Amino acid sequence: MFRLPANLSGRSYALLLAILALAPFILEWANQPFYLDLLSRALILGIAAISLNLILGFGGMISLGHAAYIGIGAYCVGIPSYYDYYSGWLHLALALSVSAIFALVTGAISLRTKGVYFIMITMAFSQMVFFTFLSMEEYGADDGLVIYSRSEFPEWLSMDSGVSLYYWVFAMLLLSLMFTHRLVHARFGRVIVGSRFNEQRMQALGFNTYRYRLTCYVISAMMCSVAGMLFGNFAGFISPDIMGWTRSGELIFMVIIGGVATFFGPLVGTIVFVLLEEFLSAITVYWHLIFGVMLVALVLFGKGGIHGWLSSWDRKDADYG
Amino acid sequence: MADQLLEINGLNKHFGGIFATENVNLSVERGTIHAVIGPNGAGKTTLIAQLSGQLKPDSGNIEFDGRSIINDSVATRARMGIARSFQITSVVMPMTLLENVMLAVQGGSGHSFGFWSPVHRDRAMETAAMSSLAEVGLEDRARRTAANVSHGEQRQLEVAMALAMKPRLLLLDEPMAGMGKEEGAMMIDILKRLRGDMTILLIEHDMDAVFSLADRLSVMVNGHVIATDTVENIRANKEVQKAYLGDGHA
Ligand SMILES: Nc1ncnc2c1ncn2[C@@H]1O[C@H](COP(=O)(O)OP(=O)(O)OP(=O)(O)O)[C@@H](O)[C@H]1O
Ligand SMILES: [Mg+2]
Repeated sequence: MFRLPANLSGRSYALLLAILALAPFILEWANQPFYLDLLSRALILGIAAISLNLILGFGGMISLGHAAYIGIGAYCVGIPSYYDYYSGWLHLALALSVSAIFALVTGAISLRTKGVYFIMITMAFSQMVFFTFLSMEEYGADDGLVIYSRSEFPEWLSMDSGVSLYYWVFAMLLLSLMFTHRLVHARFGRVIVGSRFNEQRMQALGFNTYRYRLTCYVISAMMCSVAGMLFGNFAGFISPDIMGWTRSGELIFMVIIGGVATFFGPLVGTIVFVLLEEFLSAITVYWHLIFGVMLVALVLFGKGGIHGWLSSWDRKDADYG
Repeated sequence: MADQLLEINGLNKHFGGIFATENVNLSVERGTIHAVIGPNGAGKTTLIAQLSGQLKPDSGNIEFDGRSIINDSVATRARMGIARSFQITSVVMPMTLLENVMLAVQGGSGHSFGFWSPVHRDRAMETAAMSSLAEVGLEDRARRTAANVSHGEQRQLEVAMALAMKPRLLLLDEPMAGMGKEEGAMMIDILKRLRGDMTILLIEHDMDAVFSLADRLSVMVNGHVIATDTVENIRANKEVQKAYLGDGHA
């Protein structure tokens, strides 16, 4: 299953997962419950970043509209709850199916284009979703929608307390990591990675690259909708703001900070992003500026993101970054 | 009439004012090696691209095994058994040679909607890929990244990938260009061994290779096929000598 390599980057990630697994206990002991909230948010965005990395990193499909699927997932909790349908399974099933259908339709069109056009068209579709929710007065429009109660699951799966929601998020995170890992190394992943680097050759080998990429796009969207479903529960309040194109841009940055086309990179990138955002904004109102400079420096000098930096000491891994 | 695997009729393709393919008629007999020669810019690569499906002809027809493939995609034609190598090396550079050839094997072995089992544990696929690598003499390079082997070795990888598809029709676009003398000689041996097992359309500038391999030979100039005949007859053909072969080969 999950064989962590016995090198520096591998050990760091194992340590990270151990810390995350114990975080509620550590934070309670340190009497810092606020940080559990921050960490929950980071891990939710981490799932979204991992899903984006599947298409952006491994597949070379740079989408500037991925936050739409966070929005779709969140509203699949918000709207049923508005009508007093609180079943968690219903929310989850809705999030997965609505995102799949939307990704199938928009992906089928977007994937006819390449490069900058793909970036623009994915952004356009996500803005379409953004404005749709913005115009729906019934569901709060730009004032947003309050979710009064969390998705209902059987007792042992309840996400009602802060800690139980955190473990929901953590479990989903592990699932996405494991699923991505299996997928990339399976037949499907080979085709996806091969098409990123040389689509012409992949077609000449008999692969209908369009069909495989579309499937990958749909899988990634469904994974991201789970992050959205968790976000709706976590925040208790959702508005179209969560799926603006700047949110999609932030997701891209999280992936780049951590390391494109690596398994743990997006998670690490997201945690760093959320923590930096938190601390910098506490220090100065100009934190966006500092943040921007750091990001540019990272893109220019820090090839491979944090993962690349960690593994420059044990360079011999088979990542396709 | 002999058993033709490939049948090209009245094929036309132009880029702006350039007629890269003009009314080309050509048939290739099953199990033979058919070479196409011609000066730079004659339209040889353009012809291959239309056969494998990367380029759509303006008009004309291509029949493979008695069936028109003119409307089939590149991937469909590949799965029907048409493999090509590229004149300008086109492999997955960040992958190892073994991974590249395994992709070629994978392409010919059912769908790839497998989401769970790791490919690197698929012994059958690895064995098949290794044997194709061994065939072109790359077995000891299997675990090197394609970007990190020599240009000549990348050219050999091109051919190994096409062979790994176990095609019925092999389209080779100057496979020996960029190879050293030794690798070139080895490639001639490989192709000789393949004769009969598969049908080969070979584009090659190296005349020694062409003359020692080809069962039949077509000469292309300015988008036209000006002659198709046996090697001996082409060598004796005055018009061909004038148009292409020059004094050195006469
Ligand atoms: N995509 C394209 N757009 C415009 N012109 C093209 C294109 N591809 C090929 N050509 C032109 O078509 C003609 C035939 O080119 P082609 O590459 O088929 O020749 P070739 O016989 O393979 O030559 P070489 O021996 O140099 O490989 C040339 O004049 C070339 O410039
Ligand atoms: Mg050419």
